[in-house]
Amino acid sequence: MKPAVLTGEHFITGDVACAEGALAAGCRFFAGYPITPATEVAEHMAVRLPDVGGTYIQMEDEIASMGAVLGASCAGAKSMTATSGPGFSLMMENIGLAICTETPCVVVNVQRAGPSTGLPTLAAQGDMMQARWGSHGHYEIITLAPSSPQEMFYLTITAFDLSETYRTPVLIMSDEVIGHLSERVIIPEANAIKPRSRPKPKGRKDRFKPFQPGPNGVAPMAIAGEGYGIHVTGLTHDEKGYPVMTAEAQEAMLAQLTGKIHRNLEDIIRTEAYRLEDADLVIVSYGVSARSSLAAVDEARQLGIKAGLLKLVTVWPFPEERVRALAERVKGLVTVEINLGQIHLEVQRCAAGRAPAMLVGHAGGAVIPPERIIETLRNFS
Amino acid sequence: MNKTKERNEHPLDELLRTDRIPHIWCPGCGIGTAFSASLVAMKTSAIDLQKTVMVSGIGCSGRGAGYIKLDSYHTTHGRAIPFATGMKLANPELNVVVFSGDGDLFAIGGNHFIHAARRNIDLTVVCVNNFNYGMTGGQAAATTPCNARTTTTPRGNPETPFNLPFMAFAAGASYVARWTILHTRDLTKSVEEALLRRGFSFIEVLAPCPTSYGRRNKQKPLDTLKAYQERTVIKHACHPAEVQLDFERGITLGKFFDLERPTFLDMYDRTCRPQERIEKSEAV
Ligand SMILES: Cc1ncc(C[n+]2csc(CCOP(=O)(O)OP(=O)(O)O)c2C)c(N)n1
Ligand code: SF4
Ligand SMILES: [Mg+2]
Repeated sequence: MKPAVLTGEHFITGDVACAEGALAAGCRFFAGYPITPATEVAEHMAVRLPDVGGTYIQMEDEIASMGAVLGASCAGAKSMTATSGPGFSLMMENIGLAICTETPCVVVNVQRAGPSTGLPTLAAQGDMMQARWGSHGHYEIITLAPSSPQEMFYLTITAFDLSETYRTPVLIMSDEVIGHLSERVIIPEANAIKPRSRPKPKGRKDRFKPFQPGPNGVAPMAIAGEGYGIHVTGLTHDEKGYPVMTAEAQEAMLAQLTGKIHRNLEDIIRTEAYRLEDADLVIVSYGVSARSSLAAVDEARQLGIKAGLLKLVTVWPFPEERVRALAERVKGLVTVEINLGQIHLEVQRCAAGRAPAMLVGHAGGAVIPPERIIETLRNFS
Repeated sequence: MNKTKERNEHPLDELLRTDRIPHIWCPGCGIGTAFSASLVAMKTSAIDLQKTVMVSGIGCSGRGAGYIKLDSYHTTHGRAIPFATGMKLANPELNVVVFSGDGDLFAIGGNHFIHAARRNIDLTVVCVNNFNYGMTGGQAAATTPCNARTTTTPRGNPETPFNLPFMAFAAGASYVARWTILHTRDLTKSVEEALLRRGFSFIEVLAPCPTSYGRRNKQKPLDTLKAYQERTVIKHACHPAEVQLDFERGITLGKFFDLERPTFLDMYDRTCRPQERIEKSEAV
């Protein structure tokens, strides 16, 4: 077998870095369906997985890919798939199954411009609300947004860690530019990476309740073939995993599914601050747009505008407290994203009139140039 | 006293989630018989039950997973086979049984079925064919006979149904059989065989759905069973293209195909893990 962690300095694309991050996190199953600009994740997994004792399969579509990922996870493998807009839409129902059955898995969306087939080869960040609410019903979901190939590597590990810890799907919302961009990526020594794994059940097998939460609000997970004889269903269920068709059971299950995320926001939410201490105009951005935003902050400062950047590494659950606190003390908030206002709506909601919230966005197909951001900052100050 | 207790116990108790009984199936429904035949086969085949998993989709038949006291997964409509595929590939030691309905496996899930058969994923697929969507109240399915009445074909079904064994065979299944719930012994034996076969095994089980299908097609529960008795012919090794399913002219039952070929994982290990093969052959 070949090493799963390719320690060293590499010059690779975001898609390849994502695949390497998955392997380093212990991912041993990948099911996918080719789609630009995410295909390279699958191609790289197809090459690497069989050499590290894992299995790759190209399914007949993204619905099947997502189904296979969940089956593999329930059989004990850390599992992942990667796609883009049209495939992401097809995965939604089974993402809901993963949420309801608390099945860990990682779904990568290398975003392109939509709706529909849209601009297959050009970047966008138009699926951010779909990431939040794309599957039916009410739920919480964890979503991370990488801004570089190096982050594609690390955040894929983080995605697996959070997914395993909280028994929930974790979405990585990348985009065409980051997916295809080649940059230096440092992969650390294998022993410097300490991947987390799902909580394991203890005690008597016949008394085990597969959906009874432990101290951190997350139920230990029995996997198929371990002798627990569990039942897992996408129907509303109780702690035993048995279907219960009542409003009370629904209330209790949703309290569990959302509660385990709400209780652990500190561990889940990651943001990065750049020149925020004394900033009176704050850019809120993520993914590739955070790169343009970073450049804009420095240029704006040279023009005497006190700009700063709040980069959302975790986009969902939305870092509400962080944005609220900023809105209390700054002159304005500017959301930069490649869509016509999605995360902007969240910023607006959290600012709640305490500071004006502006959008720098467009319909997709190109990154947002720093000049456009500076123009908005100028008009503001 | 002891004797009474013994009599109250069902021979399949150890495989049933007795705390979930009564089940949802209607009186006269054929699913229960197909289900218990599958459970008996699991017992008699002597496979490791701790390593045996049932995966179902959605529908009355899909509720099977909820009543078996083994690891069991009730997934989404049509997606039992992809889910089962992931399970089998992630842990090849598992015996993965898919138990679901005709609508689930052949309408919404039809594409997954043919691809899993083509890949020869080592699964045992039991399809309860009751010729309609029972759970949603009796709409037309991909198996509804031409001219039959359902809630969505009130003047008769204008479409032609699939021949499921032929489809399984053409797609590459290793084992293909069809029985009715009246033929419990043959059915049980067939499921047992399928469990012990490597590769994609498919068993179609014809079953009455008196509530949603029977009453719209002048079939009282007993009429359906009578047809299963009078109109069926057992023709083992009959070419799947020639098997019939016609309540007037005849219904062909039997084991139509049984030929092992390398599974997906056999092929994957052979072609995608070359260095392991070298290690293995050196070890011999
Ligand atoms: C995506 C989706 N579409 C539709 C349904 C509604 N639905 C539930 S069961 C079912 C049909 C089940 O038919 P079959 O598989 O033949 O099972 P039966 O009830 O006849 O045993 C349908 C359409 C659903 N649950 N999910
Ligand atoms: S509706 Fe039909 S298939 Fe469903 S339980 Fe009743 S008889 Fe069986
Ligand atoms: Mg049916």
